[in-house]
Amino acid sequence: MPDGSVGQAVKRREDQRFLTGKGRYVDDLHRQGELAAVFVRSTHAHATVRNVDKSAAMQSPGVVAIFVGSDMEEDSIGSLPCGWTVTDRHGEPHKSPPHFPLIRDKVRYVGDHVAVVLAETLEQARDAAELVEVDYEELPANVSPAAAMGAPLLHEEAPDNLCYDWVLGEEEAINEAFSKAHHVTKVDLVNNRLIPNAMEPRAAIAEYDSGTEDYTLWSTSQNPHVLRLILSAFVTGIPETKLRIIAPDVGGGFGSKIYCYAEETVCLWACKRVGRPVRWTGDRSEAFLADAHGRDHVTHVELAMDEKGEFLGLKVDTTANMGAYLSNFASCVPTYLYATLLAGQYRTPVVYCNVKAVFTNTAPVDAYRGAGRPEATYVLERTIEVAARELGVDPAELRKRNFIQPDQFPYQTPVALTYDIGDYEASLNKAMSMIDHAGFAARKAEAKARGKLRGIGFSAYIEACGIAPSSVVGSLGAGVGLWESAQVRFNATGTVSVLTGSHAHGQGHETTFSQVVADTLGVPIENVEIVHGDTGQVPMGMGTYGSRSLAVGGSAIMRACGKVIDKGKKIAAHLLEASVEDIEFKDGNFTVAGTDKTKSMAEIAFTAYVPHNYPEDLEPGLDETAFYDPLNFTYPAGTHICEVEIDPETGVTEIVDWVAVDDFGKVINPMIVEGQVHGGIAQGMGQALLEHGVYDESGQLLTGSYMDYCMPRADDLPFFRVGLTETACTHNPLGVKGCGEAGAIAAPPAIINAVTDALGVLHMDMPATPEKVWRLAQQAAAAE
Amino acid sequence: MYDFGYHRPKSLADAITELQRAEDGQVMAGGQTLIPTLKQRLAQPSDIVDLGQVDELKGISEDGGALVIGAMTTHAEVAASDLVKAKIPALAALAEGIGDPQVRHRGTIGGSIANNDPAADYPAGCVGLGATIHTNQRQIPADDFFVGLFETALDEGEIVTAVSFPMPDKAAYAKFPNPASRYAIVGVMVAQAGSTVRVAVTGAGAGVFRDHAIEGNLAGNFSADAVGASSADEGSLNGDMHASAAYRKHLISVMTKRAVSAANG
Repeated sequence: MPDGSVGQAVKRREDQRFLTGKGRYVDDLHRQGELAAVFVRSTHAHATVRNVDKSAAMQSPGVVAIFVGSDMEEDSIGSLPCGWTVTDRHGEPHKSPPHFPLIRDKVRYVGDHVAVVLAETLEQARDAAELVEVDYEELPANVSPAAAMGAPLLHEEAPDNLCYDWVLGEEEAINEAFSKAHHVTKVDLVNNRLIPNAMEPRAAIAEYDSGTEDYTLWSTSQNPHVLRLILSAFVTGIPETKLRIIAPDVGGGFGSKIYCYAEETVCLWACKRVGRPVRWTGDRSEAFLADAHGRDHVTHVELAMDEKGEFLGLKVDTTANMGAYLSNFASCVPTYLYATLLAGQYRTPVVYCNVKAVFTNTAPVDAYRGAGRPEATYVLERTIEVAARELGVDPAELRKRNFIQPDQFPYQTPVALTYDIGDYEASLNKAMSMIDHAGFAARKAEAKARGKLRGIGFSAYIEACGIAPSSVVGSLGAGVGLWESAQVRFNATGTVSVLTGSHAHGQGHETTFSQVVADTLGVPIENVEIVHGDTGQVPMGMGTYGSRSLAVGGSAIMRACGKVIDKGKKIAAHLLEASVEDIEFKDGNFTVAGTDKTKSMAEIAFTAYVPHNYPEDLEPGLDETAFYDPLNFTYPAGTHICEVEIDPETGVTEIVDWVAVDDFGKVINPMIVEGQVHGGIAQGMGQALLEHGVYDESGQLLTGSYMDYCMPRADDLPFFRVGLTETACTHNPLGVKGCGEAGAIAAPPAIINAVTDALGVLHMDMPATPEKVWRLAQQAAAAE
Repeated sequence: MYDFGYHRPKSLADAITELQRAEDGQVMAGGQTLIPTLKQRLAQPSDIVDLGQVDELKGISEDGGALVIGAMTTHAEVAASDLVKAKIPALAALAEGIGDPQVRHRGTIGGSIANNDPAADYPAGCVGLGATIHTNQRQIPADDFFVGLFETALDEGEIVTAVSFPMPDKAAYAKFPNPASRYAIVGVMVAQAGSTVRVAVTGAGAGVFRDHAIEGNLAGNFSADAVGASSADEGSLNGDMHASAAYRKHLISVMTKRAVSAANG
């Protein structure tokens, strides 16, 4: 196998620059004459802005301009749109109130954008921003999703603060299923609000060329073309031909950099208005306040079972916090990325889910690593664990009893998805073997002798990745298609430039995609260059989120490679004086079948660009573009098992062992896959034990810095033991499913199942902080 | 941050002169609290007097049966000092557990105690070990030095020069860190010297305090089993999203037991 082939743990090519400080991020770039932008942010969660007095600030040294919402209104700058319209249970579209980049009348959360100050230097802009006097008339605020429908109104357009009341499933069918129940397990649970913390904060630089009327926006985006589409079509009216968006090296996104934000929109508009480039880099405090947050669900769930413990029906009632405004894709997260996953790995015949999405005086909430699927997995895996304890059945056994069986694929779930393939019991069995499940009782006893409470927790997750078939998402309300593009461009010397609409912000695409191309075209991996993140270079593409890059973007690359090979065969046939049908392509060589007559890929590329001896009816060049629209979602699935030990005196939970067995289909680079699993588990573990975005009742963010918002650190984590099973995806050319979100989806219920197992309680809400755990340990000890 | 005058004197005398000359001067030791405060524009001193080059404030020595640590000695230096590790290993361990490596290599003992953060470790170290705070004007027993929330006995223009620690027979520090900030939610320094036992608690209240009830329990029987419950008034303890007052009170007892066990080896 040549170096760099598919399946090898090739070291990440991009790490040379990342690890030596040579990465080029937005904030590293400077444009001549640039101004610094600083935003005046709301200090109130809910208030009418009666007046913004900028007179003192305008006198401050270095200030060039101060703008408020009415200035943008003058130039007809629109509202930041929601790109997915959910239809409610009455057939009405969801409520999507205006979300102006700079507020026009009211502020609706702490951190909302009141004004922007542009000055020669950042310090001057900061000085001036402090002098902008905002006259607020405070209004009562609400931060609780559960209380939202009776709370003071945020938007006239959304009565009862209700964005939508949405249903998936038939009420009659679920009632009938429950009427046959032998046992019903009921759980109330909260999926805690998370604040994304990409290492690189968001940043933007905008520049306008008055000669050509071209705009360039450098942005920390996961999807520059989507950002361009939103800004052009919905917000600014700048033609797509006149707007180039470059997302260079980006230091992590986790979903938070999918969206079109106020800050970059303001920079883009203001750069023309003042005739100078405008730059903004968010600081960490701004990231806490104004990046789109994640999760924040309150759920009541009921699981009906027959006397054998087979699932009859699942009924889920969720209130999802949208925050103060509807972020770009917020509406689809608690609906089509959540309720559709509630079948999990199980044969539950009837599922009914009601979701109420509500507005509160908090930062907007949108997709964050896993997006809906961690919430669904948490609901299911927590409830099944509680059911097992109530029934006195082994939790692994209860799962096995209800798993969809390998011979049942393709499997149509009651919640709209068709799983193509999987073997859930294989992953569970392997995980149980790896963790030595049989030895757990002895380990628990040994821990008890040391004064520790040991618990074990399972999580058998599934996710829908590789999003998504455009016709499907279109029928569900998406405003975009979710295909991907690729361009495979041979150069005359045999090197290959691959332009992809996917965007890498830590995932290692430059390595994985190169492996795919090197393997498919039979060229050395060193000859392959991946180009992404620039709408001026790359064909229209849809970007990176939802573990889609390899399954969708990689498939587009495969398709473009196929076109290159097809054309190469025609050139080879001409050179070798054979018919095209007789040309075989293998390992980078075009050969006349059954002969030793052969031409290498490099020779064909050279001939394509120096076509002295060339087929008459064939275009020169070897440069093929392809678009790939997936036929289905992909369904990565697996089982994670963790063991924890609790110190009952302090309530501290230590994760002492972790096995992850995942089925991601075919694996291109096992090292990168394992890294994604590790990172995902770390984030899921953060949610389960440490992280919680908390507002006080007045709407002030209590967890606005690392002093109070607890990110996982290396010493919080055990050494993960990672295993794989493999059922290849049936509907994409690579057989891949995606691995980016699995850990974050699987981990939270595994941990809470283990913690509650150790404590001997049925449920506790995340995060399982030491005090909460200590109190439950006290109760458990008292009960004994 | 706002503009300020910056001074980097080479002697204590020059530092005091600069401080007296300034309209609203602020001494900076390691700057691990001050710099973030300035960056957030939460402080606006007219002048900063940086003690970083005042060599006479640095170093660790043994003097008359006490360990003397210069005010500008970093946490990392205390943690790595063979002398501290030999004479008061509990103090070296305390320093090793402050913040992160960056903080430990910039932050100093003098800066820490002059700031008197209610969740800082050194105040418990000083009170628990019965230290004496040396300033450019006088010597102050640790019991009298830490007055309240971010408040000390230091007068205007008074600078900590060193801290001297008597050597205990046994001592240990046990900390329950805030998982986010890693400051102490509760930190307890326990020391036994002859028949005297001192138990100093940081993180739990408005400032470091001694738990006299536990001290009494341990005086006759220096063992974990003898610790008993904390006598702290729950109403005076801190309660926040990370830990309630009741939980902190409980942790005082638990951390004391662990410190006693560690001290007994």
